[in-house]
Amino acid sequence: MSGSLMIRGGRVVDPTQELDGPADILIEGGRVAACGPATDPPDGVGELDAAGLVVVPGLIDMHVHLREPGQEYKETIETGTRAAAAGGFTAVACMPNTDPVNDEPSLTEFMLKQAERAGWARVYPIAAVSRGLEGRELTEFGAQRRAGAVAVSDDGRPVWSAALMRQALRYARHFDLPVIQHAEELALSGDGVMHEGRFSTRLGVEGIPGAADDVMVSRDLLLTADTGGRYHLAHMSTARSLDLIRTARADGHRVTCEVSAHHLLLTDEDVFDSGLDPNFKMHPPLRSAADREALVGGLADGSIDAIASDHAPHHPDEKELDFVASPNGIVGLETTLSLCLDRLVGKGVIDLARLVDLLSTAPARILRVPGGSLAPGSPGDVTLIDLEREVEVDPATFRSRSRNTPFAGWGLRGAPAGTVVGGRVIELS
Amino acid sequence: MSEPVWQRGDLLGVAELSTAEILHVLDTAESFVEVAARPIKKVPTLRGKTVINLFFEPSTRTSSSFEIAEKRLSADNINFSTSSSSLSKGETLLDTARNLEAMAPDLVVIRHAHPRVPHALAERIAAGVINAGDGAHEHPTQALLDAFTIRRRKARVEGLKIAIVGDVAHSRVVRSNVLCLTKLGADVTVAGPRTMMPEKPESLGARVVYSLEEAIEGADVVMMLRVQLERQARASFPSEREYFEFFGLTAERLRGARDDAIIMHPGPINRGIEIASEVADGPWSVILEQVANGVAVRMAVLYLLAGAKSGADGTMP
Repeated sequence: MSGSLMIRGGRVVDPTQELDGPADILIEGGRVAACGPATDPPDGVGELDAAGLVVVPGLIDMHVHLREPGQEYKETIETGTRAAAAGGFTAVACMPNTDPVNDEPSLTEFMLKQAERAGWARVYPIAAVSRGLEGRELTEFGAQRRAGAVAVSDDGRPVWSAALMRQALRYARHFDLPVIQHAEELALSGDGVMHEGRFSTRLGVEGIPGAADDVMVSRDLLLTADTGGRYHLAHMSTARSLDLIRTARADGHRVTCEVSAHHLLLTDEDVFDSGLDPNFKMHPPLRSAADREALVGGLADGSIDAIASDHAPHHPDEKELDFVASPNGIVGLETTLSLCLDRLVGKGVIDLARLVDLLSTAPARILRVPGGSLAPGSPGDVTLIDLEREVEVDPATFRSRSRNTPFAGWGLRGAPAGTVVGGRVIELS
Repeated sequence: MSEPVWQRGDLLGVAELSTAEILHVLDTAESFVEVAARPIKKVPTLRGKTVINLFFEPSTRTSSSFEIAEKRLSADNINFSTSSSSLSKGETLLDTARNLEAMAPDLVVIRHAHPRVPHALAERIAAGVINAGDGAHEHPTQALLDAFTIRRRKARVEGLKIAIVGDVAHSRVVRSNVLCLTKLGADVTVAGPRTMMPEKPESLGARVVYSLEEAIEGADVVMMLRVQLERQARASFPSEREYFEFFGLTAERLRGARDDAIIMHPGPINRGIEIASEVADGPWSVILEQVANGVAVRMAVLYLLAGAKSGADGTMP
């Protein structure tokens, strides 16, 4: 992915340069050559007119499930990255709970090859912490790092053994890999299918207490302090987890966290109001209004590092089962940006520069991947945003192979207008 | 002419019912009670109607009550249960619905271990749907027959003090009963060990206490819930002995209730666990009346739903 391009006339928002204003961006040989006032592009370099658009560093979704290999009926690397491009993302980090599990460097190599063949977005595989995600033996972090993996995680399930987590945090230090944890104490989540609270009580539904997350986060933070490892909390959902993260960070430990758009915008009351629609079922579950408000507060005050979609495609037939029987997870690549623009930036919770930090700069920093900036020398990865465009979420138009979203029918202001990866225009609307 | 009170084609939960609708079911049930006393226990009300009883969870009591109610109304009924049907677990709701539609039933009675499956099915089929219990969510005909039994004994429900005691967290009976009895104006208290209480139990809409004595103090009605013995493994209570010691209803404990208090239980009862035999078999007990009234109330529900679906009133007995 290396091309040359001049992006002219846009409003450039780049928190790494504290830039928010009109600027042109010249990309040469796949990298940003200049970012600033207009100059004439060198001969032979194409121009992209960005007038009326916002130009930001390419967005990076640090938590997606692409389902390939093994569950291509839900999603493939091709359809998943196409959805990413349509949603304004130039890169995604994909979880290892494929079939087979990404617990061998050959799987990482395969994913990278498929991504290159598809050409829609950069793909950063995340390797399994444990072989087969079974929570017993560590995988080859070093070989995986060399093959291109950017982190380790058993996402979909927790690293349940405290002993294995301790070793993973220690061993990952050799390769500067973050250990990404799906924090869930299985003994507490049990057979639960939604947040344990007044709505699960009224519905007679088995609940998942917030403590299921918090107990595991608390344990992990003690181990992080103990090992000096780098810990990243995936899809944080509770107020108490956020408090634990704040404290650990204040104590100087290497801790980061992400939240998903759905945990920022929906609660267990929405599950109730939906009449137990399976498109409102995910793990961790949509939490209480107090949890949601705390997470929104964490975005505004900087305690939360990143927003990720936790894009989890499931075939329509699987979501045609009843709520209890249907699988966890919703798609998010094609809704996250518009949701954030409308409900967070539009409502004044955060400004655009902070959103770019959450969706691009911070993920790049946590995963140690290039990008997240439009400073000269950065990869020529750019997302174009139309702040004025009104869209209605229509799952029928998704590029993803799956349709499972609770946001169908939402009217949103602000939408992706295109992506550029390595100076090549991928998507333009 | 005023609008008829009953226009529903489905009975999915008490949550959706108005007080007037609940009273209408109870009033209608009164006229079905005497059918059981006839030499030929059959009326032609639902002749030519097909009712499918779809039980995805084992049930003897509720399924036989519905079956008798259907037969006494002269409906043609078919029973599917998990043991005998080929309807497999994991079938999508759409497929279940299509299969049912193909048999053109007028009414479907459904019991399922998962909440809101009857509601989802009702959206997908033309036939009327009756929820015979969906997980720990609702069991509307149980609540209606309980209210009916209370009203027959006490001549009213409004203003009565009613205690419901036991495994509140996992009981569909308690959810439907709290909704139904509070809509009828009763003063309802739920009680049980803290390990058997759901999170934020007050959201059920009743007063919450944690001791049997406190719950039944001055009660007109005491309703005991069945302890699910299989849940013992989940550490809800340490032993049957200890449960009986602290939450079992004995004649001694019952002294705290009003002298004319009645004792109810949705059945089947665990003697010596949630209720002492002396109480279950004693003069206060209306447990077998509940079973008898269950048939009349279910006949009323079947009759009302069939009438609403066909758009014409059936013939009253």
